Amino acid sequence: MTPLQLVFLLTAALTLVAAFRVVTTRNLVHAALWLVVTLFGVAVLFVLLNAPFLAVVQVVVYIGAIAVLFIFAIMLTRREMRDQGAQLNKGWWAAALVSLLTFGGLFWLTRSWDGFTRTAAPLPTGQDTLSALGKALVSPDAFVLPFEIASVLLLAALVGAVYVAYREK
Amino acid sequence: MIPLSWYLILSAALFSLGLFGVLARKNAVAILLGIELMLNAVNVNLVAFWRYGNLTSIAGQVFAIIVFAVSAAEVAVGLALVISVYRRRKTIVADEIDMLKW
Amino acid sequence: MLLQYIAIAILIFLSTALAGLVIVLGELFGPRVKTNVKSMPYESGMTPIGPGTRRMPVRFYLIAMLFILFDIEIIFLLPWAVVFRKLGVFGLVEMLIFILILLVGYLYAWKKGALEWE
Repeated sequence: MTPLQLVFLLTAALTLVAAFRVVTTRNLVHAALWLVVTLFGVAVLFVLLNAPFLAVVQVVVYIGAIAVLFIFAIMLTRREMRDQGAQLNKGWWAAALVSLLTFGGLFWLTRSWDGFTRTAAPLPTGQDTLSALGKALVSPDAFVLPFEIASVLLLAALVGAVYVAYREK
Repeated sequence: MIPLSWYLILSAALFSLGLFGVLARKNAVAILLGIELMLNAVNVNLVAFWRYGNLTSIAGQVFAIIVFAVSAAEVAVGLALVISVYRRRKTIVADEIDMLKW
Repeated sequence: MLLQYIAIAILIFLSTALAGLVIVLGELFGPRVKTNVKSMPYESGMTPIGPGTRRMPVRFYLIAMLFILFDIEIIFLLPWAVVFRKLGVFGLVEMLIFILILLVGYLYAWKKGALEWE
């Protein structure tokens, strides 16, 4: 086992354990903190996949902003169902069954594909992923339309969220 | 080297855990936490396919960035809705929010 | 290839180890005298007013939400800024359109009073 594989396995174990705690822990603040651990594990995976920019974005946007927003929302709403009562639906076993079946199905589906055990080609030298990304985002024969539509989406989200959450005095 | 299968299995497991959270949790904020897990699983998949696929194309990373933007928008609006419902109905149990208008 | 991240790994290891060490040493050697006054929530020395888990005003949420949406702008701006000189006027115009669209939302939030804090 190479050191890289060891790093992957440790990260994967941490990510999955944290994700399991996110969906099962009773205290929602703790669930949000476990989400931070999961997100950090995913950032490490991005590093292992030679995508350092995405790893930084994961830490800055997901951990720095989205997880904090979750914690705010939990603190704004937590008075009622703090820790009393069941946190899971009555049909949670059916949900567990469905998600196990989903995992099995995904596993079976990807296993039958012949690229399943593919290994990574070495990165071409001299290719800068970040500038390639910058070029792809604004060049007209690549992703300029999704790029502009993303701004419209963010605008809609901003207006909608301010309208819904803000209460006139 | 790490084969692609490891990433695919990990992201499938992460996705299934998120799905379990969405289906089984009562609290609406916890359901959104589950959705975050699913979106992260998708991102792992996208970046893994970029790394193990054709490296001259950057599409996988661009998609991942779009997913970041979409998930930020989804969280902002979703949590705003939860807070607004909580303010009016004093509940964030998803089962109790079953009337479109009252 | 991954050796350039060794510094971050060492930092994470050292900070976790130091935090753990401090907690363990405090548990081992610290005197423990529990009184009612000591187990109260710490509020800068004064007697706490009300429970510590009261709800916060929605302002905090609004500010955090605005922060996220403009944070996302950064992840589009940064790759663009790296190749800004090579892209020329066309890239500049596209980014201006992107920012102008988001500026509309900013103006909306401003007019609506979501940025004010009384």
